[in-house]
Amino acid sequence: MTQVEEIYGAVKVELGRRYRFAASHRLHTPQLSEEENQRVFGKCNNPYGHGHNYVLEVRVSGPVDPATGMIANLADLDAFVEREVLEPFDHKSLNEDVAAFRHTVPTTENLCKEVYRRLSAFPYAKLERVRIEETSNNSFEYPENPTECEGNLA
Amino acid sequence: MVLLTRKIEFSASHRYHNPDFSAEENRRVFGKCNNPHGHGHNYTLEVTVAGEPDPVTGMVLDLKDLKELLEREVMQRMDHRHLNYEVPEFAGQIPTCENIARVIWKLLDPKIKQGKLHRVRLYESPDLYAECYRDGTPGATV
Repeated sequence: MTQVEEIYGAVKVELGRRYRFAASHRLHTPQLSEEENQRVFGKCNNPYGHGHNYVLEVRVSGPVDPATGMIANLADLDAFVEREVLEPFDHKSLNEDVAAFRHTVPTTENLCKEVYRRLSAFPYAKLERVRIEETSNNSFEYPENPTECEGNLA
Repeated sequence: MVLLTRKIEFSASHRYHNPDFSAEENRRVFGKCNNPHGHGHNYTLEVTVAGEPDPVTGMVLDLKDLKELLEREVMQRMDHRHLNYEVPEFAGQIPTCENIARVIWKLLDPKIKQGKLHRVRLYESPDLYAECYRDGTPGATV
């Protein structure tokens, strides 16, 4: 099952997979006064936080293995995302339970960057991009251009 | 440059099995996708063509032509078929989402004369898709 490979030389293939998790957060920074926090973050600054059903879309790329027809085995990708993101984030408070957000506001922009950092170690394919829907009306993607951010997240 | 996307849906069955693997290896690598009699999906295909709108018609390409092309090349070939047994393009390769997307790219790319094939995205389910684009195309967007 190798002879078909060469005819696809000029075509790049990516795989997209969606996952879901629910978590709470509060947008608040000690760098601003109470009034400023309230003004900047509005109801997202309410003291006890609130939650979302997040939808995470993970995009990976790589050569399609001629023996399996796959970029990466979904069982491996699912297990990795489960371990790195879903298990530590699902039904958690992002502010309280995720170390990265102890001193960083858990906006979905920052959540994208943290999820990207965690998933970029996936050993079987190249992580291209993560996209997170905070609600069906708001979504965020990182990075804009995958080649530009290599090494930025050490 | 304007991107134009047309969506179609088709249903097909497939089985993941590599005759070079042992039965145990096939089972381990492909899991339930290796079940002997196959299984099926409702696939959703999005085909995106890039081009400048014609100054007279305002069109990148005639959607009717694209619709007929997809009907001829994809629907007639794959809809309500078993991809392993009835679609010769999958001889020698496993009809994974990745490979189906690449076969569709290969079928459509030479036949799109107005505009240029930009992206093929194939959903196997709402939570899983494979996407093809020309290597070197910067930042294929979600």
